Amino acid sequence: MIAHSVFFYIFSLIAIVSAVMVTVSKNTVHSVFFLILDFISISCLFIMIGAEFLGMIMLIVYVGAVAVLFLFVVMMLNVAEQKGQWFSSRWDGGTHIPVGLLVSLIIFFELIIVIGGWKYKPDLLNSLSINISTEVTNTRSIGNVLYTDYILLFQISGMILLVAMIGAIVLTYRERAGVKRQSYVKQISRERDEGVDLVEAEKNKGVKIDV
Amino acid sequence: MFSIGLGHYLTLAAIIFTIGVVGIFLNRKNVIVILMSIELILLAVNINLVAFSIFINDLSGQIFTLFILTVAAAEAAIGLAIIVVYFRNSDTIRVEEIKNLKG
Repeated sequence: MIAHSVFFYIFSLIAIVSAVMVTVSKNTVHSVFFLILDFISISCLFIMIGAEFLGMIMLIVYVGAVAVLFLFVVMMLNVAEQKGQWFSSRWDGGTHIPVGLLVSLIIFFELIIVIGGWKYKPDLLNSLSINISTEVTNTRSIGNVLYTDYILLFQISGMILLVAMIGAIVLTYRERAGVKRQSYVKQISRERDEGVDLVEAEKNKGVKIDV
Repeated sequence: MFSIGLGHYLTLAAIIFTIGVVGIFLNRKNVIVILMSIELILLAVNINLVAFSIFINDLSGQIFTLFILTVAAAEAAIGLAIIVVYFRNSDTIRVEEIKNLKG
């Protein structure tokens, strides 16, 4: 029990510090690295609490895909010359920083108040539908539910991913001049008249080929 | 102190959520960091859902976390694509220089 709580405090401390570093660090690449560290420590917490499947999925999806996507974009766009600047280079007329801090503090204290004075609704625990079974593994119980009760939501989330993929391609695609491309329509609809030229050849002179 | 309950996880999620909101408010560096702050906020929501799911012994929270993960991945892809297009058109993604939407 003590080891569990010590590990909880270690991982949550790492998560909080790296979340602060994501917003504060001057270099955007460092922000991405701290974001990766944050995801890793949170997924360790998920595995500790007993949601192993979600912890592993967090590692694969966030660290493996999303963070690498962020890294690609940061390195593709030339943001290197901005790395020496902290929050703002110009402080003129900037009242948004104290206001932002104030609003964030209010949000935080509201959340803490809600956590402190909060109780279950009395009939909540009776109305739960899907109990976590201790006999099968976490992955298996998620699969049992996900492909039966939640199959429509599962397919809709697949559609969301498809739409996002097509949208990203459509947004970033551009026709570049000077690139030779294959045109199937042109190739298939070629007729004999365009390709073959019959020439009357004279004796001992040959044919002058001009294209 | 030494027995980790639901309140510990909720407090952690509240702290990370607030850090994400602070990141959105205070950032004037570039838009990519704002997207990362949004990812932090979604992560805090995921912590809440998983903690509730474990502590009240109901699997639905973990299923919802899975869907939030999907939507977050789609949102990151679209947002980064928009940023790439914007950078191509205007050569900057600094927050203080993005003024086209001011009207």
